[in-house]
Amino acid sequence: MRAAIATSLPESQIAPAAGGVQARGIEKRLGNVEVLRGVTLDVAAGEIVAILGSSGSGKSTFLRCVNLLTLPDRGDIWVHGEHLRLRPISERDSEPRILDHDQVRRVRASIGMVFQNFNLWPHMTVLENVSAGPVLVNRLTRKAATELGRGYLAKVGLSDKAGSYPRHLSGGQQQRVAIARALAMEPKLLLFDEPTSALDPELVGEVLRVMTALAGEGRTMMIVTHEVAFAREVSSRAAFMHQGRIEEEGSSPAFFLNPTSASLRRFLTAHDERHS
Amino acid sequence: MQFVEGLKTTVLLALVSGALGMIVGLLAAAAKLSRFAPLRVVVGAYTTIVRGVPELLIILLIYFGGTVAISSFVGRYVEINAFSAGVLALTIVFGAYTAEIFRGAVLSISRGQIEAARSLGLHPWQTWLLIILPLMMRIALPALGNQWFSLIKETSLISIVGLTDIMRVAAVGAGSMRAPLTFYLAASALYLFLTSLALVVFNLLERRFAVRGH
Repeated sequence: MRAAIATSLPESQIAPAAGGVQARGIEKRLGNVEVLRGVTLDVAAGEIVAILGSSGSGKSTFLRCVNLLTLPDRGDIWVHGEHLRLRPISERDSEPRILDHDQVRRVRASIGMVFQNFNLWPHMTVLENVSAGPVLVNRLTRKAATELGRGYLAKVGLSDKAGSYPRHLSGGQQQRVAIARALAMEPKLLLFDEPTSALDPELVGEVLRVMTALAGEGRTMMIVTHEVAFAREVSSRAAFMHQGRIEEEGSSPAFFLNPTSASLRRFLTAHDERHS
Repeated sequence: MQFVEGLKTTVLLALVSGALGMIVGLLAAAAKLSRFAPLRVVVGAYTTIVRGVPELLIILLIYFGGTVAISSFVGRYVEINAFSAGVLALTIVFGAYTAEIFRGAVLSISRGQIEAARSLGLHPWQTWLLIILPLMMRIALPALGNQWFSLIKETSLISIVGLTDIMRVAAVGAGSMRAPLTFYLAASALYLFLTSLALVVFNLLERRFAVRGH
């Protein structure tokens, strides 16, 4: 039976693994720039993968391809073993397309994303921000979602801010609310897109502490970050992107201690100098 | 007094065409922002043409054009009623102007707040209703208020096709009672009363939609 199903599907659509994320040959052009030039990366369930690279290396674009906020021009993505149904660009179509919007919404609901600029909704209270997703997407009752929301706000240490509006919170607090909002969907995968880059230096620590706590819970996480020390500490594996490709990947901490490619060595050295 | 009836008609005309016009404006704004090019072109033509033609002409075109069109369709002479023609004309005009206001307001919402909604798996209509609409309203409200003042005043144009609104009552009264100044001043006071009321309502709305806690 299994063989029959397998032969009826094109080879590219057979899930390489049951959980986590697999990306194969992801290409993306934005304007005249080839941002991604065939990125292949596997993230097993329970793994924490840090993605490093200088600005413009394509790391954020790649992360956004995982939940399809950016549609890859070419390539295949599996999330939790499910192949995302996309139509790649061709001579007829210059834009890639989503073929199954229901699938995309379902997959997105199972992936939490934390953005560089927090992106909280300013017209809702902190608690409303956190409980909106569970009510609207996961169809929880308002009461259950509120309880859930309060639980996750407590987890990020912001129980006392439930009734505040985002405007009245510091950047670090806003980012912790954004993490609670992602967690309240009880996602199987968390994506972090430079979560501390927009923060004042003194606020970075509180966000990293929350993320470190999450890392200890066996969650699957993909983290795009400039914080090399943090990446070394929490990640099980790391990938270095350079000019739209993955230049090097490896298990932590060997990746950080013995980089093989010249560009990663330069990146790590430059980082050490800045932070010593 | 005849003015009471006129006032009722003017208010009803403004409210109905304003409400319908905002719906048309929202849909037109969404169409202008859609990825579907033909829709953008058609709706773009609508807003450009309507905003480039005097309101009075649109009213006459709809009233007389509508009468001709419906008569030839039904096969006998049918005169469309002045109120319906007025609602239709003002809805078309109001929709075209508010479409531009709404479009600009949507564009000024931070893209990230919409992406956050998408990343949680919200359906596009949920995103529109719960995120885009409330965020956009606070930006659109001042311009929208101005447009409502215009609308209230433009209802007076419908008196041209015989609708018994404030303007019509004043004109008739001015002629038959030979007291134009009195009647037109009374009409002015009524319009001023309506626009002041609208001002109060919009001030309240702006406070309601403002970022709370400031």
